[in-house]
Amino acid sequence: MTVTSTSAALGTAATREALGPTLIRLREEGLDIAVVDADLGSSTTARLFAAAYPDRFFTVGVAEQNMIGIAAGLAAAGKIAVASTFAVFMPGRCFDQIRLSVAQPHLNVKLVASHGGITVGEDGVSAHAIEDLSLICSLPGFGVIVPADVVEAAQAIETAVRSQGPFYVRCTRSKVPTIYDDTYRFAFGKAHLMRPGKDVTVIALGVMVKAALDAAAQLEQEGIDCRVLNMATVRPLDREAIIAAARETGAIVTAEEHLAHCGMGAMVSQVVAASHPVPMGFVGVQDRYAESGRWDELLEKYGLTAEGIAREVRSVLKRKKSGL
Amino acid sequence: MIAAATIEDIEATAKRVRRHIVRMIAAAGSGHPGGSLSAVEILCALYFRVLRHDPAQPLWPDRDRFILSKGHAAPALYAVLAESGYLPVEELLTLRKLGSRLQGHTFAYFPPGANTLSTCIQSIPGVEACAGSLAQGLSFAIGQALAARLDGRDYRAYCLLGDGELDEGQVWEAAMSAAHHRVDNLVAVVDRNRLQNDGFVDDIMRTDPLDAKWRSFGWNVGEVEGHNVRELIAAFEAAKAVKGKPSVIIAHTVKGKGVSFMENNPEFHGRAPNKKETERALAELGGE
Repeated sequence: MTVTSTSAALGTAATREALGPTLIRLREEGLDIAVVDADLGSSTTARLFAAAYPDRFFTVGVAEQNMIGIAAGLAAAGKIAVASTFAVFMPGRCFDQIRLSVAQPHLNVKLVASHGGITVGEDGVSAHAIEDLSLICSLPGFGVIVPADVVEAAQAIETAVRSQGPFYVRCTRSKVPTIYDDTYRFAFGKAHLMRPGKDVTVIALGVMVKAALDAAAQLEQEGIDCRVLNMATVRPLDREAIIAAARETGAIVTAEEHLAHCGMGAMVSQVVAASHPVPMGFVGVQDRYAESGRWDELLEKYGLTAEGIAREVRSVLKRKKSGL
Repeated sequence: MIAAATIEDIEATAKRVRRHIVRMIAAAGSGHPGGSLSAVEILCALYFRVLRHDPAQPLWPDRDRFILSKGHAAPALYAVLAESGYLPVEELLTLRKLGSRLQGHTFAYFPPGANTLSTCIQSIPGVEACAGSLAQGLSFAIGQALAARLDGRDYRAYCLLGDGELDEGQVWEAAMSAAHHRVDNLVAVVDRNRLQNDGFVDDIMRTDPLDAKWRSFGWNVGEVEGHNVRELIAAFEAAKAVKGKPSVIIAHTVKGKGVSFMENNPEFHGRAPNKKETERALAELGGE
């Protein structure tokens, strides 16, 4: 595991921006990709693929359930089928279709969801996807990846397309800081150690990885040595990294742009409870729905920030010290 | 490849298939006899005359695809697959039992892929898709038909729907998209037995005029007596000649066909016959 330095100089980009260009590049290599879209291809960037390969792009209109079924049929006939829309619709609206037509037959379908989390801030609660990881992770055999930036997103999508079986990749609408450079190599199923530390581990994904790094920098001033893991692969979780974190740092805080009670943190806690119980804290949306507002304002309001993570770390460390 | 059977042979096979269905469901103690019996001639016409398929190569890339969207009619499909040579006829009596390949509703698993719990369930060669939750088959068949187009292959996709299933919105999403994309290597069949789980279609959710609905969605529509093998075959052959649009065949059938006390009886949508009823049914079907 290597430590990657963060650099503001790398800029920002929405992780969804990786979709169209990555698919085009992989098709240019000859991969047998077919894309199905439900009238949001210009937002997900899947439309870029349509311009390059019109015969391999099928729109179904605003009909996500049919999109999933057609993708499954394409995959059953040997295609690498890619379906994309907003995370609030997929898996939400077509959960049953994903379960029966994709997960149960274990077909080679790649679901790339854009606008994950509360990234569609102003559109309000109907557009927020804070249950999607819970839904998709409930399905046996799915690979689930939440990239932290556009560099990781491109590699995650490539990994999904090159691997056999069903995958879900969750992207953002909004621009997020780019934390990786070209030397980064995403490894499916492996947490990426962003920063070593021995007092506590913050396990984060998506935009919360950058927040976790910022929190760790703040906490360092207080003499707290904070390990930071990017748990971009939510399914299957990197159990080894989680158990090592529990054993070596004795306290864990998870951070995700998702409901806190049923997302990555809940799944990490299952590993911790079964292997090496330690105090844990969970940063996420706390059992409620968010509202309209700018993305950054919402993150602030619901505590999905470096400060929110730092607060949770201090609280967990108190419990660690008192042996509770 | 399976040889084309005569009408008489197909009708004789249909009789055996009906007996298989009754025995299978009786042995399982649960299942859906009504909608399985109504679909028998449709399936027999397809598997013994219309479909290009080879039981010795279930994954032959050029095979025609058949998707059973009304997955509760699985016993009918299993029986026809057994009669075709995909599995031993004796295996039919394991339907719904623990460890059997004959799942209560059709199950298909596509290896490779080790990271799945599904590997604990086996699937039968010849079953193309998972079904059981209604309305997903037609979309799936469209995907297969589009893949044929992309690959320059001339296989066709067939999908059997129940008429109660037409209540589901996804069917009409699929219908719209198949016409929009001019998927002319696709044939849908509606098993129009006019019953659904809770009673008669006309009481639960009226779907007439059904032919006009499909036509208005841009489909070529055929209508047949769904227990007449000759009519069914003629309709499937006619559909092969239709270019630029998908075809649907509305097959007028009788739920529970062949067993007097099951015919048009909503009770036998999803109930197994008891011992006495099974004997009576087999006697009516000419069982030995």
